[in-house]
Amino acid sequence: MATFRSHVLVCGGTGCTSGGSDKVLETLREGIKANGLDKEITVVQTGCHGMCEAGPIVIVYPEGTFYTHVKPQDAKEIVAEHLLKGRVVERLLYKEAMHSEAVPHYNELPFYSKQVRLTLRNCGYIDPDSLEEYIARDGYQALAKVLTEKTPEQVVEDMKTSGLRGRGGGGFSTGMKWMFCAKSPGPKKYVICNADEGDPGAFMDRSLLEGDPHAIIEGMAIGAYAMGADEGYIYCRAEYPLAIKRLLKSIGDAEEAGLLGENILGTGFNFTLHVKEGAGAFVCGEETALMNSIEGKRGMPRPRPPFPAIKGLWEKPSNINNVETWANVAQIMFHGPEWYASYGYEKSRGTKVFALTGKVNNTGLVEVPMGTTIREVVFDIGGGIMGGKKFKAVQIGGPSGGCLTEEHLDLPISYESLTAAGAIMGSGGLVVVDEDTCMVDMARFFLEFTQRESCGKCIPCREGTKKMLDILIRITEGKGREEDIDNLIYLGTQIKTASLCGLGQTAPNPVLTTIRYFRDEYEAHIFEKRCPAGACKALITVKIDPAKCVGCTKCTKACPVSAISGTVKQPHVIDQTLCTKCGACVEVCPFKAIDKK
Amino acid sequence: MPKISNLEELKKLREKSIAVTAARKEGKFRVIIGLGTCGIAAGGRKIMEVAMEEISKRGLKDVSVETTGCIGMCQNEPLMDIVRPGEPRVTYGNLKPEDVPRIIADHLVNGNVVEEKVIGRPE
Repeated sequence: MATFRSHVLVCGGTGCTSGGSDKVLETLREGIKANGLDKEITVVQTGCHGMCEAGPIVIVYPEGTFYTHVKPQDAKEIVAEHLLKGRVVERLLYKEAMHSEAVPHYNELPFYSKQVRLTLRNCGYIDPDSLEEYIARDGYQALAKVLTEKTPEQVVEDMKTSGLRGRGGGGFSTGMKWMFCAKSPGPKKYVICNADEGDPGAFMDRSLLEGDPHAIIEGMAIGAYAMGADEGYIYCRAEYPLAIKRLLKSIGDAEEAGLLGENILGTGFNFTLHVKEGAGAFVCGEETALMNSIEGKRGMPRPRPPFPAIKGLWEKPSNINNVETWANVAQIMFHGPEWYASYGYEKSRGTKVFALTGKVNNTGLVEVPMGTTIREVVFDIGGGIMGGKKFKAVQIGGPSGGCLTEEHLDLPISYESLTAAGAIMGSGGLVVVDEDTCMVDMARFFLEFTQRESCGKCIPCREGTKKMLDILIRITEGKGREEDIDNLIYLGTQIKTASLCGLGQTAPNPVLTTIRYFRDEYEAHIFEKRCPAGACKALITVKIDPAKCVGCTKCTKACPVSAISGTVKQPHVIDQTLCTKCGACVEVCPFKAIDKK
Repeated sequence: MPKISNLEELKKLREKSIAVTAARKEGKFRVIIGLGTCGIAAGGRKIMEVAMEEISKRGLKDVSVETTGCIGMCQNEPLMDIVRPGEPRVTYGNLKPEDVPRIIADHLVNGNVVEEKVIGRPE
């Protein structure tokens, strides 16, 4: 086995790949070869590092130098300067948004230093396509330990002790769920991994699948042993081609190495694993709809009970957990349940991965122990709001979740605390919203999504969300009526109670929480026909203040529809019949003479 | 990959594989070679090759081989620094390839500084 003095890690996650990291990787390899360094330096493609906004990311070990926004021409410079002459390329280092100081080392970045990366420990650190590298990081040791030292009952007990709860959003005790399925009569049982991540702005599961596929495979094998299953399915949406590719490769490698299939590690335990591609319906993330889809039926939920643990896939007892839940299993078994339970807060143990997006400086994947406050996530790790604007809210839990405001910033994150505040943990989408976002419009956006994704099986969800959406659209168009808020609350409460599955039961949440915390914005739209955030186009006019305008003509050049006219050095005017309210002029005006209200 | 048919084989494979990712953290022991233009011109690359060879020949673990740019002592290149955990960093200068195995053996492994080749202690 060749050893190299230096490893150059190039992120091959979806974010960095779309930023051109493939080309960067190629350029690095070529440069290293051309300079005769290929015997001492190796280039490795890894999974996502989580700091997607700074991508493509390149890390040079052993020093741990962290390069951001690397383009192919920069890659040449890294070879010529850093790899050949040992000089760090300063201009490519990460610079903190708040200060402009360069941070050279991976573990010194504030984005990473506050995180506790248990689930994501291998993401961005190993080559996900290499079984060898996973084994080097204690991979499959937990499976071996479980198969040789523990009874299935002990594994279930350990899961209960660890306190792990469903990371897909439900928050149900994983150990309890396993126990129900383990107690169901066999012999045929299934374990399923829900990788149908569909929330807008959520990419935790994708990054795990792409960055550490073996961790999910190992977790599922342990679960199958504990519950007496011999077959498993990973239901992954077809929109994740890279995740599917890496999963298939990893399953193939594990089979070849005898870590999947018949008589695993000589213990007599058998487990085969399949990947089923979903066709892109959000509702298939609901467990019963997902099982229908695997069976080849239309993806629609069915009433529970019977629960999957009794009658699941092909009417056999089945256990379904989401990607992040499965990814935690092997580590819990390797380090022991008490180790895992030592992280966390009250009844929420361990860590949670969040996809931090929206109007925040550092967008990306963030893993923190339960009990971390939202302020720490948004301001310390996220680096605060873009452009120094004012924080308004976070939408947590995606289209099924709710929003939390400034008063909740110091709320420790746990399943219970979020539910009490009207939001949910959800799968972990965290969208940060600033003063320029209209809360009514945001509620409309999320409801439009769930409404479109409603499968149509039950009336409250199919008709109810449509009615709610009609009202919201009307309000944002300035045609709101006095009774609208009450009707939204009434409809929302009914839909939550009467819908068949989780999609309908949670779809009204964004509307209900924005009414709860931002009722004044709804009222401004309805009674004053005004959008306080200046986002709803029907309710705003863009005007030039003649007292401030010096006639510099910058706005006329910026206007895409030529709606602005005037003579040089004279105040300009906007033709309201032509204006599309895009706001391009507001941004270019050096004198802040243009107002959007 | 060959078939892993029992726990013992998995453990062995893990031991073997650890070296694969070992370079992805700063080792407790560090060997730092000056590879600025001056270092390269004076033969620093050869020094590094010998150092790496020696480290792998002895199967030393937890040692990282790093490079650094010009530190301003060009007349003393090639330079090589040795850092042992908890001990001050020592800079060796005017090295010839044949000096390297001795420094690795005496200093890096056994902790005895090879005084005649030392040109400074930067910290």
